Amino acid sequence: MLEIDKELCIGCGICEDNCPFGAISIEEGLAVVGETCTLCGACVESCEVEALTLDVESKQVQDDLSSWVGVLVFCEFRRGELAPVSLELLGIGRKLADTRGVQLSALLLGHETSDTAQLLIGHGADVVYLADHAGLREFKDDCYSKVTSALILDYKPEIVLAGATAIGRSFIAGVATTLDAGLTADCTKLEVREEDGALLQTRPAFGGNIMATIVSEGTRPQMATVRPNVMKSLDFDGSRKGKIVEITPTEQQLQSRIQVVESVVAEAGRVNIQEADILISGGRGLESEKGFELISELAGVMGAKVSASRAVVDAGWIPYPHQVGQTGKTVAPKLYMACGISGAVQHVAGMQSAETIVAINRDEHASIFNVADIGIVGDLFEIIPKLIRKIEERRKS
Amino acid sequence: MKIIVCVKQVPDAKDVRLDPVTNTLAREGVESIMNPFDQHALEEAVRLKDKHGGEVTVVTMGPPQAEDMLRLAISCGADQAVLVSDRSFAGADTWATAYTLEHALKKIGDFDLILCGKQAIDGDTAQVGPGLATRLGIPYLTCVQKVREASETGLVVERMMDDGYDVVAVDYPALLTVVKDINEPRVPSLKGKMKAKKAEIIKLSAEDINADPTCIGLPGSPTKVVNVFPPEARGDRSVLSGTLDEQLDQLVEKLIPYL
Amino acid sequence: MDYFLTEEQQMIVDIASQITDERIIPIRAELDEKHEFPRQILNEMAQADLFGVPIPEEYGGFGGGCLDIALTVEQLGRGCIGVGTAYAANFLGVYPIIISGSEEMKQKYLPDVATGKKFGAFGLTEANAGSDASGIQTTAVLDGDEWVLNGTKQWITNGGEAQIYTVVAITDRSRGPRGASLFVVEEGDPGFSCGPKEKKMGIRASSTTELIFKDCRIPKDRLIGRAGTGFITVMKTLDLSRPGIAALGVGLAQGALDEAVKYAKQRQQFGKPIIAFQAVQHMLADMAIGIESARSLVYSAAKHIQAHPKDMSKASAMCKTYATDVAMKVSTDAVQVMGGYGYMCEYPAEKMMRDAKILQIYEGTNQIQRNVIGQELNKEYS
Repeated sequence: MLEIDKELCIGCGICEDNCPFGAISIEEGLAVVGETCTLCGACVESCEVEALTLDVESKQVQDDLSSWVGVLVFCEFRRGELAPVSLELLGIGRKLADTRGVQLSALLLGHETSDTAQLLIGHGADVVYLADHAGLREFKDDCYSKVTSALILDYKPEIVLAGATAIGRSFIAGVATTLDAGLTADCTKLEVREEDGALLQTRPAFGGNIMATIVSEGTRPQMATVRPNVMKSLDFDGSRKGKIVEITPTEQQLQSRIQVVESVVAEAGRVNIQEADILISGGRGLESEKGFELISELAGVMGAKVSASRAVVDAGWIPYPHQVGQTGKTVAPKLYMACGISGAVQHVAGMQSAETIVAINRDEHASIFNVADIGIVGDLFEIIPKLIRKIEERRKS
Repeated sequence: MKIIVCVKQVPDAKDVRLDPVTNTLAREGVESIMNPFDQHALEEAVRLKDKHGGEVTVVTMGPPQAEDMLRLAISCGADQAVLVSDRSFAGADTWATAYTLEHALKKIGDFDLILCGKQAIDGDTAQVGPGLATRLGIPYLTCVQKVREASETGLVVERMMDDGYDVVAVDYPALLTVVKDINEPRVPSLKGKMKAKKAEIIKLSAEDINADPTCIGLPGSPTKVVNVFPPEARGDRSVLSGTLDEQLDQLVEKLIPYL
Repeated sequence: MDYFLTEEQQMIVDIASQITDERIIPIRAELDEKHEFPRQILNEMAQADLFGVPIPEEYGGFGGGCLDIALTVEQLGRGCIGVGTAYAANFLGVYPIIISGSEEMKQKYLPDVATGKKFGAFGLTEANAGSDASGIQTTAVLDGDEWVLNGTKQWITNGGEAQIYTVVAITDRSRGPRGASLFVVEEGDPGFSCGPKEKKMGIRASSTTELIFKDCRIPKDRLIGRAGTGFITVMKTLDLSRPGIAALGVGLAQGALDEAVKYAKQRQQFGKPIIAFQAVQHMLADMAIGIESARSLVYSAAKHIQAHPKDMSKASAMCKTYATDVAMKVSTDAVQVMGGYGYMCEYPAEKMMRDAKILQIYEGTNQIQRNVIGQELNKEYS
């Protein structure tokens, strides 16, 4: 609890100003803490007369934290393919393992995984725990959870990473609960803390309007999920050596209380631009339907969806569900790139709430530049291919 | 059917910002709302009740002002509302929240189905639903986009996967987290609003639910926030200059955080 | 302005407002373009209990009065008066039953109306009988245990979509205005059909059709009240529902002002948003003054009518006349403020202007309303 020493408090209000949650107020010359306090401790640091104390013991569940050693990455395998995020996690996993001076291992669950385990070694894993079994072909939360929890308890890695995919976000939370471990979702940055080697996990909150750094001090393993396209994988190195340990799931682990009746692959047709974080939008400046190939390519390297102005939808270059504007959809993505869009009022009405707006247009007087945060004047047929290449290069480095 | 819906009162996330200079949350004019995903969960519960009979109970772990949200839930069809509230719950992470809800549910009684929203728009973790189900020892399915069938013994649902969806069957008791695609939440009814006004909200404290003090709130949380800071600030409105190559390099730098 | 609504009135406003923002506004342009009846929205309104507002409690409603209905309808009007008209005309059709119907008749019809299961429509107007309602030609002749109706009604709102039609017919021509009676005709009655939907300048979401009676036979007990009292019930019905029309006008005008101000703040010309210019500010100011005065008059008239049901006519006529004239002016000015964009179908202002015109015409033209007010003044001062 946050304790305010009434004797020491001088009612200066510095804590009130420093509270990120507006939980402290000065009443009758003394600091008073309210309902919205999250015990983050920012006020304690800011108090110049040391009138504030946060009396909280770290939750210590495991007796000997130091017996937990190593970094484990859960690698996702479905429909005969390895999810790319797994390789990205091995990339960051390698860094963390090297900093800690420990082993990097990978857990691969699935069926008919063929040479995937070897691939994981080539991408950085020292050990691959391979559970290749027909009973693990379909994703079932409880099976995956049981196998993973058992493995973690056997090998006791200090850090466990998984992709924040539909599968990862689903069963890893169950694993964390089973192990009474701390889990941080959607991390954008992972580092080792110098003083004690704990994992510093940074992630967005409040829809990305705020960043928070989180630590699981007293529990092991320290678990984190990471979104695809955030971390970088290492280049494949066929000469890397590693061990493959075959794991046979027990009958109990393969028993499931859910039954997968059918597995449906989605048609590409389902477009919901309102859910996209990034939109690359094309307008009349694309000159023809072919212009959208370029837009799609850019969208591809940025993990974005494609949207459009009314003019090009009316012209039949792209279907209506992609339309942004007064008579289309209103979108508020984190990033909106308007390519060859003049920025007429009707269009702007549909996208002005985007966090960041980038505009590419040949005409320096185009009104889109009035609402764009960043503008480039020039020929989009020259700019976009170059931009694509530069982004691809940057990703590799 | 006895259905429990877990709901959370959250600030309207899109309006929440950290002032980069003072590092404080600008909370002026930021409304408290029912987490949008939870609204869809509540709507699905009420639809199941309308179709198959039964009772819908909404539960929230929150501060006293969360009562407003519970009354809104009643006006939209919930039969009963429970507020699990205590100063000692403050600072809870998802582990401690799941612990608290588990104990509250044990107090509330038997159920067939628990519905939750996929994630809360302030924490964005999507962890409480799975955590709660694991603690209760019941099967769970996340990101449910449709309930295809509901019988006396269980459900058949569509749950989203990255490449499409799986059709999955599960027996009661079970927990589902739902996505927005599942339904369109109803507008409160006049009768509902009047019922909500008079409704008695059941209040449970930490003691009422026999909570172990070392398992709740900040003391009970394995994860702790050690720093809070704003994301990279938006640049000024600027048209880039220099050669095209230079401009593109500058642009790529600015785009990196979004990739 | 704060009108000190009761908690329950505020609940009604909140629900109707949410429906307008979340359900009506997103599809109003589409409904207008397709001349499509807003069945889905009306179903949602039914689920939200809005169809029970003016129905007495003993028949499953809320027992709300004139002001409660006006508050509901004002919010709907802010979104689309086509939808608002469909809702309001439902009660126009049902009021005769509430005012003059027998207990059995009320028990039979009102509960379904309160739940939104059945809609109503009011059949008075004919090709040769608009303002001069006494000129109606539709007849009803008693034949044994049945009334036989013959004639055609014109421009009936909710025609083809309603299940309950209250129809005015002449039962004894020799008695002049005291020779008309009101009947309940149900969808499916033999000899009753509806014409095709009319294409209109505005309120296109609202369904407007002919009602055709060709030896339409209905049971004796479908007569509302006593034979010969038809026009008395009609007058009371119209007096009671006019504040609703006035409220539609207030809502439409408010919606138009909202669009105009939003646009004026955004549109930049001569280096500034146009709301910075006095010419625009003055227009907006006059629009706002008109809306607030209309609103005050509608609320006051509604309260007066609730308290003095025997003294409805002048208040009813005044609020309808003023609010609908304001609606026409404000919506026209909104298009003007929005200039070229206001004229384009992409923006909602042109539809509002097209929609507004009917408000000055139906439920008694504003010219007839002024007659009524003039005559009432004459009576008052004698």
